[in-house]
Amino acid sequence: MSLLPKDVAKVAHLARLALNEADIPKYSENLTNILGFIEQMNEVDTSHIEPMAHPLDAHQRLRPDVVTEHNQRELFQTLTLHTEAGLYLVPQVIETKIEE
Amino acid sequence: MHTKTIAELIQGLRAKEFSSEELTRCYLDRIKSFDKQVNSFVTITEEQAMQAAKQADKRLSDGTAELLTGVPLAQKDIFCTSGVKTSCGSKMLDNFIAPYDATTVERFNKAGMVMLGKTNMDEFAMGSSNETSYYGPVRNPWDLNRVPGGSSGGSAAAVAARLAPAATGTDTGGSIRQPAALCNLTGLKPTYGRVSRYGMIAFASSLDQGGPMTQTAEDAALLMQVMAGFDQKDSTSVDREVPDYSATLNDSIKGLRIGLPKEYFDEGLEPEVAKLIQAAIQEYEKLGATIHEISLPETKLSVPTYYVIAPAECSSNLSRYDGVRFGYRCENPQNLEDLYKRSRGEGFGAEVKRRIMIGTYALSSGYYDAYYLKAQKLRRIVSDDFRKAFAEVDVIMGPTSPSPAFGLGAKSDPISMYLSDIYTIAVNLAGIPAISIPAGFINGLPIGLQIMGNYFNEAKLLNMAHRYQQVTDWHKKIPAGF
Repeated sequence: MSLLPKDVAKVAHLARLALNEADIPKYSENLTNILGFIEQMNEVDTSHIEPMAHPLDAHQRLRPDVVTEHNQRELFQTLTLHTEAGLYLVPQVIETKIEE
Repeated sequence: MHTKTIAELIQGLRAKEFSSEELTRCYLDRIKSFDKQVNSFVTITEEQAMQAAKQADKRLSDGTAELLTGVPLAQKDIFCTSGVKTSCGSKMLDNFIAPYDATTVERFNKAGMVMLGKTNMDEFAMGSSNETSYYGPVRNPWDLNRVPGGSSGGSAAAVAARLAPAATGTDTGGSIRQPAALCNLTGLKPTYGRVSRYGMIAFASSLDQGGPMTQTAEDAALLMQVMAGFDQKDSTSVDREVPDYSATLNDSIKGLRIGLPKEYFDEGLEPEVAKLIQAAIQEYEKLGATIHEISLPETKLSVPTYYVIAPAECSSNLSRYDGVRFGYRCENPQNLEDLYKRSRGEGFGAEVKRRIMIGTYALSSGYYDAYYLKAQKLRRIVSDDFRKAFAEVDVIMGPTSPSPAFGLGAKSDPISMYLSDIYTIAVNLAGIPAISIPAGFINGLPIGLQIMGNYFNEAKLLNMAHRYQQVTDWHKKIPAGF
């Protein structure tokens, strides 16, 4: 399996990563080599094997439904300069048309 | 003072040979004099350290001190520290002041240990050489032109150069054991779930585990006693009693069965390394253990399996870095997608981007079964290999790394770098504990012996390591010039 430059651009979009145009051929080469290396997995027949998601095959622990986290909005919002009235600011998402 | 182990520092503090303030000052001065050469710290927390030391001295004199009170420690910069920058080696978090303490940090603070600073690391713990750090590579104190290993390279170099008596590390595919081996330290990767991951910045959540990096197994036991244990805040933390790790250090190992997997001694291993590992194993025979050849047939496939699972989990974990709530944010975003893409594109380094893309690809529609599901099945096979082996033997031994420390820039190809973790990765896939201990030198470069144990058998590993350190002195060697 090879990842051509156009495939790299697609994966980068899915991952929301802006890449420099000039770096794409290098990523294409690296990622193709890595995928080739990963292909070794196909040497083993795994048709009757259960996939393993957790090293101890443990299940998610349950806990009583009580409040354990308290609102720390002010503390957390000190981590960015882009807040207003307790909200996070991002570029405008909804387009508006203002009639003159 | 700086050549003492933690066990010796505890005695010194109690005998009033020195105060915690004097001790802390000594290490801070050493960091100032020597860290320009090694680059092992990202942040030095001098003011907080001196305050904590003062507090510790008070506890030592009023009788409220715990065993480790007043002993300095360096924290890998992956553990969140309230009010202190926690960068994870990335430009993405260069401006991130953690709003809370990781459980590991909280436990060490409560024990009265003094944090000297935060150590350098591969970006988001993705690397085996510490060359992917935004803050520049760490240099190996044994040879400044060589890497210290990674990802906990800063922790390893700091302790090797005795800029700290011990440090914390994290291990996703060998990131505690490999740098410990390359820097002549004792490094323990505990059983998955033994040490809380709360506040430990996530790379691959089903593999990540924190542990101690120390001069001796005795010291590792002391730190594990604080780190190990159930934590409500980590949903994968295991609620199971923590044994007294120091109590069994001196137990006899007579009759203990050591398994040597033949796959760990094949042509990939440098002959000089093999010789030292064999010599270490002979020491164990002298101590009364018996040697048995075993097989871990799918060792070779653990690397490609890991390089699907770890990137897949990383691509999911690292999706939180979006430039909105914390971390790096690009200048003048044109729209929301541009904000995400450029913040991530500019904030992450090349290796992190490669892994995010591999993970994204492996999880994308149409490829999930061929990559991620296939890898999870192989993970079961690798893990079953260990289960079968532990039915026959008590511990498994082999090299930690196929070669001693390599030169800076020597492994520019990602795959050759990935293969340097061939002997450490399977342990993470299975979730079992393993320790690396000093086992000799090749041309002045340290070599590590790896001991792997069954689930929750950390005490046995520490016991095995300690008995070896009672009859050898590799672990006492300090690099020249430090």
